[in-house]
Amino acid sequence: MFAPFLLALRGAGLPVSVTEYLALMGAMREGVAAYSVEDFYFLSRAILVKDERHLDRFDRVFAEAFKGLEAAEGLNPRALPEEWLRKLAEKLLTPEEMAKIQALGGLEALMQRLAELLAEQKGRHQGGSKWIGTAGTSPFGAYGYNPEGVRIGQDKSRHKRAVKVWDKREFRDLDGDVELGTRNFRLALRRLRRFARQGAPVELDIPDTIRSTANNAGMLDLKLVPERHNAVKILLFLDVGGSMDEHVRLSEELFSACRTEFKHLEYFYFHNFTYERVWKENRRRHDRVVPTEEVLRTYGPDYRLIFVGDAAMSPYEILMPGGSVEHWNEEPGRAWLDRLTTHYRRSAWLNPTPEGGWAHTQSIGVVRQLMAGRMFPLTPDGIEAMTRELGR
Amino acid sequence: MIGDLPVAAFTSTETYIASRDLEVAVNAAVSLQRPLLVKGEPGTGKTMLAHEVAAALGLPLIEWHIKSTTKAQQGLYEYDAVSRLRDGQLGDPRVHDISNYIVRGKLWDAFEADAPVVVLIDEIDKADIEFPNDLLLELDRMQFFVYETRKTVTAKHRPVVIITSNNEKELPDAFLRRCFFHYIRFPDRPTMERIVAAHYPDLRSDLAREALNVFFQIRDVPGLKKKPATSELLDWLKLLMVDDLPAEVLRSKDTHVVIPPLHGALLKNEQDVHLFERIAFLARRGGG
Repeated sequence: MFAPFLLALRGAGLPVSVTEYLALMGAMREGVAAYSVEDFYFLSRAILVKDERHLDRFDRVFAEAFKGLEAAEGLNPRALPEEWLRKLAEKLLTPEEMAKIQALGGLEALMQRLAELLAEQKGRHQGGSKWIGTAGTSPFGAYGYNPEGVRIGQDKSRHKRAVKVWDKREFRDLDGDVELGTRNFRLALRRLRRFARQGAPVELDIPDTIRSTANNAGMLDLKLVPERHNAVKILLFLDVGGSMDEHVRLSEELFSACRTEFKHLEYFYFHNFTYERVWKENRRRHDRVVPTEEVLRTYGPDYRLIFVGDAAMSPYEILMPGGSVEHWNEEPGRAWLDRLTTHYRRSAWLNPTPEGGWAHTQSIGVVRQLMAGRMFPLTPDGIEAMTRELGR
Repeated sequence: MIGDLPVAAFTSTETYIASRDLEVAVNAAVSLQRPLLVKGEPGTGKTMLAHEVAAALGLPLIEWHIKSTTKAQQGLYEYDAVSRLRDGQLGDPRVHDISNYIVRGKLWDAFEADAPVVVLIDEIDKADIEFPNDLLLELDRMQFFVYETRKTVTAKHRPVVIITSNNEKELPDAFLRRCFFHYIRFPDRPTMERIVAAHYPDLRSDLAREALNVFFQIRDVPGLKKKPATSELLDWLKLLMVDDLPAEVLRSKDTHVVIPPLHGALLKNEQDVHLFERIAFLARRGGG
C-alpha cells in the first residue's frame, strides 16, 4: 500500500530498498506508529532515511505523497497566530493598498481570506495565482511572503500543528546539494580528507607483523597495509576581487583546514582569468607577481590543479589578446589555461555559482568547455565529484 | 512479536527530554530488534540516549567506546598469542588449551548475557573505514565464529544496539541498510527550556531566561567554529548557579562587559571568543 511512496522516494534519489520497506511493514505490524500520521512520519523517517543529507528530500516526498491525509489533525485556520498576520500585512502594504483593502471589505476580511488560503494550501507553494508564496497574482505572494521564510512552525508550542512537521523542512541545510556554508563545511572537509588519503603504495605494518609472527611461533610473517597519508599534492588557483572574496575565503579555509593531510598545498591568486602572471599575496599583487611560466616550471605534473572562481566575465577576457580588464596581455587567457591544464593532467574548476545558473552565463560555458567539462559547484557534493575526478 | 525483550516504551524521563520523533525511532528499533544509528551535533545527548534507553527498559548497559585504533575483532574477542608464546616457552600446561588465551570482547559479553542488554557502540566513525563492514554479520544475525576454538557464539537474547556517530567518516551502505537512523536536531527554545528545567529544577527562572537568551544569541553568531550545544549550556548554567550571579549581569548593557560572564564554558576556542567580542562590540556601537 505504500509502494507508490517508496517509488517516489527512489525517484527523488533516496537509496531505499526492499529491505527497508519490509522493515517499515514490520514496524507497522508491531504497532510502533499506531494511529497517528505524525508518528508514522517519524517512523518511516527513522527506517527509510539513512543519512541526514536526505532528510529534506524525504520531507518533500512525504508531503507530496501523503497530502490531504491528515485532514483530521491538520491545519487549523483558527489557530493561526493572527497577530503576526496583521503585523505582516501592516508592514508590507502601502497606504494605497491599504485603501484597496478597505474597499475589499477591510483588513479583517483579508485576514480571513489569508487564513483560508493557508488552510487550503497543502505542502509548499507551487506556482499559480492562488497560493500564498508565489510571485504571481496572489495579494500575499507579491510581497515575498512565504510560510518557510516567516517560519510559522517556530510558534509550534503555542499553536500546535500550525504547520505539519515535515513541511517545516528543518533539514534543508543538511542537504548535500546546497552551497557551501559553515554548516556543511565539515562535510566538505571530510570529503577532501578522504581525497587526500586515497590511492597509495603499501607500507610495512609492524604491529600486525609482530602479532602474526608470534602467532606463527616465531616464524617471520610480513604484513603490509596500504599507505594512507599525504598522497596528494594540490595547487590552488583562487579568483579574487569583487563577488568572489567571500567564496575564496571559504575555500582557502577549507583547504588550509586539511592542509596537513596533503603532501603539498600551494595557493596562487588570479583575477577573473589566468594570464601570464599570478600572485601569492593579495596586498602586494602588483609588485610581487609570479610568472605563470614559473609555476609551471616549479610544480611538477603530479600536482592536482584546482581553480576556484565564478568564471563570470566577458568572453573577450578569455579569448582575445588584450582582453584582460587589468593589464595588457599578449596572449589570450585561454592559451594560459590550456598550458596549465596540459601540464597538470588532473585539474578541475570549482564554481561557487549555483549549478542551475551556469547556462545563463556565456563565459561559464566557455570555461567549462576549456576544462573539458571538469567544472563542479562549490558544494559538498560538488567537491566529492571533483575528488572523484581528480583521484582517478 | 517482541521476542524476549520487555515491552517497555521509551519516553522522555525526568532527566532526559526526548522529542517525539526520537521516541518513535527508539521504539521502532527496539521492537524490530535493529541497531539504531544516532547522529547529531556534538553535545546533543547522543551517548546519554543509550544510558536513558537502558534505564527506561530496565536493562544493563554495555558500553563500547571506539577509538581510531579499535578493530571490529576487539569487540568480539582477542587471541592473546603473546602470552601463549610466553607460556609455551615456560612450559605452562595452560598452553595446551587455546581457549585460555581467548579474551572476550564487549559484544561477546552482550551475546552471552543471561538477560537482554543494551549495547552502546560509541562514536563508530572514529574507527577505520572498514570497521562497520566487519560488524555486518555480527549485528545482523547477532552471532560470530571463533576461529581458534571452532565455536560459534550466538546471542542468547538479541541486545538493543545503539550506535552513535559524529559524521567524521561516511558509513558504508550495507551497514546503513541494517540500521535505523535518527538525526538529533538541535533543540528549539521550548525544548531547551524543558531540558534546563529537567537538569536544574531549582534554577531561578529569571536567570534561566536570560541565560537562554544569551545562549541562543551566541548560537546565532555566524561563523563560529564550534557552536555551543546542550551540554555546554548545562555546564555554563551550573557555573552561573555556583557563582550565584544575578540575572541582571547577563542583561547588562555596560560597555565594559562585552562578553557574557564565564563564557569559557560556551566558547571553546579563542577565535570564537574574538569573533564574538567583535560582533558584540559592533552591535553595541550600532545600537548606541
